Amino acid sequence: MDGGLRLDLNWLDYLLLTLYFVTVLGVGFAARRAIRTSVDFFLSGRSLPAWVTGLAFVSANLGALEIIGMAANGAQYGIMTTHYYWIGAVPAMVFLGIVMMPFYYGSKVRSVPEYLRLRFNRPTHLLNALSFAVAQVLIAGVNLYALALVLDALLGWPLWISIIVGAAIVLTYISIGGLTSAIYNEVLQFFVILAGLIPITVIGLVKVGGFDGLFDKVRNSDLGEAGLHAWANTGSSDNPLGAHWLGIVFGLGFVLSFGYWTTNFAEVQRALSARNMSAARRTPLIAAYPKLLIPLVTIIPGMIAVVTVQGLGADEGDLVYNNAIPLLMRDLLPNGVLGIAVTGLMASFMAGMAANVSGFNTVFTYDIWQTYVKRERDDDYYIKVGRLATVGGIVVGIGTAFIAAGFSNIMNYIQALFSVFNAPLFATFIVGMFWKRMTAAAGFWSLLSGTVVALATYLLYLGGALPFDTDLEESFWGAGLAFVTVLVAAFVTSRFTAPKPESELRGLVRGLGGIDLKGDVVAGDAAWYRSPLLLGGVALALSLLFYIPVW
Amino acid sequence: MNDEEERRSAAARMFDVRRVIGGLFVVYGVIVTLVGAFDGSTAIDKAQGVRINLWAGLAMLAVGLLFLMWQWLSPAEAPEPAESDGDDVENEGGDASVR
Repeated sequence: MDGGLRLDLNWLDYLLLTLYFVTVLGVGFAARRAIRTSVDFFLSGRSLPAWVTGLAFVSANLGALEIIGMAANGAQYGIMTTHYYWIGAVPAMVFLGIVMMPFYYGSKVRSVPEYLRLRFNRPTHLLNALSFAVAQVLIAGVNLYALALVLDALLGWPLWISIIVGAAIVLTYISIGGLTSAIYNEVLQFFVILAGLIPITVIGLVKVGGFDGLFDKVRNSDLGEAGLHAWANTGSSDNPLGAHWLGIVFGLGFVLSFGYWTTNFAEVQRALSARNMSAARRTPLIAAYPKLLIPLVTIIPGMIAVVTVQGLGADEGDLVYNNAIPLLMRDLLPNGVLGIAVTGLMASFMAGMAANVSGFNTVFTYDIWQTYVKRERDDDYYIKVGRLATVGGIVVGIGTAFIAAGFSNIMNYIQALFSVFNAPLFATFIVGMFWKRMTAAAGFWSLLSGTVVALATYLLYLGGALPFDTDLEESFWGAGLAFVTVLVAAFVTSRFTAPKPESELRGLVRGLGGIDLKGDVVAGDAAWYRSPLLLGGVALALSLLFYIPVW
Repeated sequence: MNDEEERRSAAARMFDVRRVIGGLFVVYGVIVTLVGAFDGSTAIDKAQGVRINLWAGLAMLAVGLLFLMWQWLSPAEAPEPAESDGDDVENEGGDASVR
């Protein structure tokens, strides 16, 4: 079945695609005029309103890997995939906004590693800055490679052309316009992605006879009744995901999800660019609402695909689960909305990659170059370094795209990266933020030992020494072991070393004061609907409520 | 308001993200609606009998116009220098600061 996935794009679809790229580049050039200082370049001058940073926050996560991967999971596992959203994202986003953001934003740090430098010491800072920089470049490479694969399949563009064109566009708008440009484009991407996914969902639902028709058809498919429940049969691992509820709640819902959402600088950076404390806290909370609803346009299409596309779920070829969305685009969309959908897909690749690259250049410039290599140069110098770091990061990213090529399931590769880097980091954070007696040395040794344990678990699994059933199971376990290791290391090391004086920890650790939640409010922030507690509480309640019909 | 401020203010208005989204969606909306109005039976059959281009086009047009209207009703003010201590009280929508 050669060319089976090829979409029939005409001049109209290409016109829509071109208009999009012209706009994206235009935003980059327009943003350039607003850049005066390095804070403008790296943190948008801390001036953005909450709805902009909130949508950018969700968009930075709404990469195409996420969309394609979640539609694939929807086709393979059914409703259980909603765990990645409702328990695997929303609680962590609410926690970030309500509990952690005051420390991040209030301490005026410019990056996540910088928090570690203030709370612990320079070795902890350097370790995290380096591992973050490496991870971001690896993930940017994955995005690039996946983009190229999809463009090859859908449009017949050769891999190397897609890689270079994709990289060049992201490079241009970020190196010129900095974070403002990345964030504006993310907000734009959010709407374009939805404009592409909604028609697929609507036509798909019409085809299968609405939600009732879809559920009936799923019941009669291989997935069966089990594909329509989120929590049923999670007392054992006899369910589509093969996961026990303990694993879902603690592995996915706590360690992996909190690790990703609360300490991943590519996400947190969006909130740090908000214009005041209130907007920063509301950033992840506002993002939680779209996140609650995104399953409608990812998982539902995946389930539609599994009942309408004959033979979906093959081990290789065009009918792999990962092609659920592209197959629906081919079968259901006429020219016009087809062009919008292709644009949305490309936009989402760029959203993912741009988030990684803009996180990378900030950490590289502020946390590595300015802190350890060339100190106390003028601000213009660091803007220049930031632009060069963007170029460097993308060039290396192109190289790492080929590492990604070695993995059968790209989503699992990403999960493995997260379990190695984010889980120990989150554990270190959570102890450091809540336990003032955790010492500087404990920060370093916890983070290091946690990372080593996660990495060792992963390498032993790859080498065949640890018999996990799936990649996913490995990342749950790797993350969990790393978490426990950090707790133990933090406790033991703190017993034998001296804690930092409390005066140095004010504003960084809970219970010591030093954080002003209201000092920079603007009119309107006091409105009841802007209360972080209310926004967060409603988001949590909705995520519980949404589970009820699909229990 | 000196020259510098005026220039910044103009740049801020030009560069309001609502204008970017609104502009692109209005253009998309017009194009796709027009296509939808003249869709042949092949296109309609492919989309399960739904005139999807028409509907999607109109929806995008509406979204685009909403963003432009929002910007028109509460225009962006020039972002103030970083050390301002929040006297931009009239900023009702709370969404206008743009850089």
